[in-house]
Amino acid sequence: MIPELGHFSLVLALALGIVQSIVPIIGVRKRDAVLMQLPNSTAIVQLVFVLASFSALTTCYVTSDFSVATVYENSHSMMPLLYKFTSVWGNHEGSMLLWVLILSLFGALVAIFGSNLPVPLKSLVLSVQSWIACSFYLFILLTSNPFLRLVPAPFEGRDLNPILQDIGLAVHPPLLYLGYVGFSIAFSFAVAALIEGRIDGAWARWVRPWILAAWMSLTVGIAMGSYWAYYELGWGGFWFWDPVENASLMPWLAGTALLHSAVVMEKRDALKIWTLLLAIVTFSLSLIGTFLVRSGVLTSVHTFANDPARGIFILAILVLFIGGGLALFAWRASSIKQGGLFAPISREGALVFNNLFLTTACLTVFVGTLYPLALEALTGEKISVGPPFFNLTFGPLFVPLLFALPFGPLLAWKRGDILGVAQRLMVAFGVSLAAIAVVAAAVNGRSVLALFGIGLAAFVMAGALTDIAERVGLFRVPLSVVRQRAAGLPRSAWGTGLAHFGVAVTLLGIVCAGTWASERIAEIKPSQTVSLSGFDLSFDGLAQHAGPNYRELTAKFTVRQSGVRLATLEPAKRSFASRGTTTTEAALLTHGFSQLYLSLGDVNNDGSVAVRFYFKPMVLLIWIGAIMMMLGGGLSLSDRRLRVGAPKPAARPAAQLAE
Amino acid sequence: MTRKQRRLALISTSMAVLVVAAALVLSALRDSIVFFNSPTDVAEKRLAPGARVRIGGLVKPGSLQRDANLLVRFAVTDGKTEITVRYQGIVPDLFREGQGVVAEGKLDGDGIFVADTVLAKHDERYMPREVVDALKKSGHWQEDQQKNSGNVTK
Repeated sequence: MIPELGHFSLVLALALGIVQSIVPIIGVRKRDAVLMQLPNSTAIVQLVFVLASFSALTTCYVTSDFSVATVYENSHSMMPLLYKFTSVWGNHEGSMLLWVLILSLFGALVAIFGSNLPVPLKSLVLSVQSWIACSFYLFILLTSNPFLRLVPAPFEGRDLNPILQDIGLAVHPPLLYLGYVGFSIAFSFAVAALIEGRIDGAWARWVRPWILAAWMSLTVGIAMGSYWAYYELGWGGFWFWDPVENASLMPWLAGTALLHSAVVMEKRDALKIWTLLLAIVTFSLSLIGTFLVRSGVLTSVHTFANDPARGIFILAILVLFIGGGLALFAWRASSIKQGGLFAPISREGALVFNNLFLTTACLTVFVGTLYPLALEALTGEKISVGPPFFNLTFGPLFVPLLFALPFGPLLAWKRGDILGVAQRLMVAFGVSLAAIAVVAAAVNGRSVLALFGIGLAAFVMAGALTDIAERVGLFRVPLSVVRQRAAGLPRSAWGTGLAHFGVAVTLLGIVCAGTWASERIAEIKPSQTVSLSGFDLSFDGLAQHAGPNYRELTAKFTVRQSGVRLATLEPAKRSFASRGTTTTEAALLTHGFSQLYLSLGDVNNDGSVAVRFYFKPMVLLIWIGAIMMMLGGGLSLSDRRLRVGAPKPAARPAAQLAE
Repeated sequence: MTRKQRRLALISTSMAVLVVAAALVLSALRDSIVFFNSPTDVAEKRLAPGARVRIGGLVKPGSLQRDANLLVRFAVTDGKTEITVRYQGIVPDLFREGQGVVAEGKLDGDGIFVADTVLAKHDERYMPREVVDALKKSGHWQEDQQKNSGNVTK
């Protein structure tokens, strides 16, 4: 009964979605206030229906109702309760339901919090939002129904893929989807603006909080996925340039560009057409990300199914929204008035520079990810484009971007003084050189590239601090005035500083962990010791445990540093009988920002084990930096100017209604 | 500067960046892509030793040999041709005889494939797509394998 209710409420959501797709358009054309108000309530009711549907599916999972096909395929009655919840989206059908749940959540949020939007714009936005929702409802109902029954019902499920039975992966997809789907709001706003043919700084002010929120989620989502891959896959790598990772990186790059161009648009009324295009492109890349991951065109851990019907359906959605969005852009963009003027050396100019390099970097990732697919489709030749490609293209493009980063916030709007800014950055430059000197002296096995990376990171960090120091007048005015100014500084300025600082922190982590990581692979017998980077690791023995739905073989190791016992590490191998699968559970020892990483290979009959032992210096900075970026975004989002400062629609819509 | 000049400056800068990016992409594509081959392809194409390639197929049952120092030898077969692979390190959890595998590395002078990366499937229902295609090509693909590989997980 419950699955049928879930299925039925999804159908109701679709019916309501169709109404919400069409009626507001008619309302806007006829200037009918009642019709234009309609999506305010339908968006909320849609959320209620989708939530009901999602809850129904969750109930099936939690109660282990194996008469439902997807539950049978992806759950097991012995699984811990947490993973029964998370296996709802640990498969194709459920994850698509999560997608529409988040989509309808965003729709409802716009309906609730968009009270300061002009009525026609709001109803158009909600209408476009509903087009997207309807196509995904249809996709789920026609090709990926999660509520299909099995007759007779099996007694036991086939279990969730063991590598997904992990807390990191439990939260990774929802965060990623919050990001992907959040950009749908930017898309809907862009399409609505194009339909209306009118756009101004206020538009950017309305849409920016949504872009920020989506960007924050995507940032953490990607970081989460990277940390998961780091500790769960047992290779100790944090980024593989896997097509699926690239699929989430591309919307992030475009979204970061969008975030910055929307600032120009809000503050200076410039870059309007470009911002619209970016909004469309960012969501298109989110859709492509979904398509790449879901359609099975890529071989990857993430690919759920190779059902061609689904691939074709997603392709149709892709063509409809990307093609439609871009066609509308081509058709209507000329109707939008040109924005304000600015000199090339100015804050605007710096943000254009940012956009130029971010989008180009995004383009190279796009080429590297899709080239193998295109080549195979055209010639049948199978190739793989690996990390070297991305390091050679993405890296060089990010260097000028990061170097220019501290300049941007210090430049004045409209016409900047590059020499003055360079002067103010002298201290930051000095810090950077000092950092290079210190590291060069302290570390042997120096690499020029790594030192350059350290210098760049230090420069960006010091630059972010310089910006804040300049704004509060540190060292120039008395401390009490500084305190006053710091309190008066808008939160968005703090947010910018923190996020930019975070970028540098991540860079520092990547450079350190990439350059000075040491690795040792060895076969080791009980009571033997291996050493790595000053850590001694002795193998104490093996032990067996039984988990709720697996058996675990744990190897016990004692870590010592110059004879002092630091900790016991217990890497393990888990065998899941239900799937005949083994997972490797790495053991981590956090040492400052660095980590010791130990993962278990094959266990031999003579009691010896193969181990991978890594020392990853400063590796945690990679994810700490991402969290700082997210918090920086949060600070900006909490800025009062963003929330309440948007001009009230006041008489304008009313005047239009009276026409 | 007039609006027109500014726009010109902007467009030329963008073009310059794009040209640089295109140059980077093209040079990187020339140097860092890796072709996928089935064992039959390797035999037919007479691949030069030292060229970096990926090979894929099934680990031939009975061929797996483990030596000291984590040295592993096994044969990869597509049913028609087989090729001996040497790998030093820890093989993935799901590396087993009779199962699909993808290895990346170089051929040495004696026709032995020296792998530096070995990838196995992620769970019991999943087979790397390249391996599926390679088996289909050599006519050793069975439909029951199809059923099993259809459902791939995240």
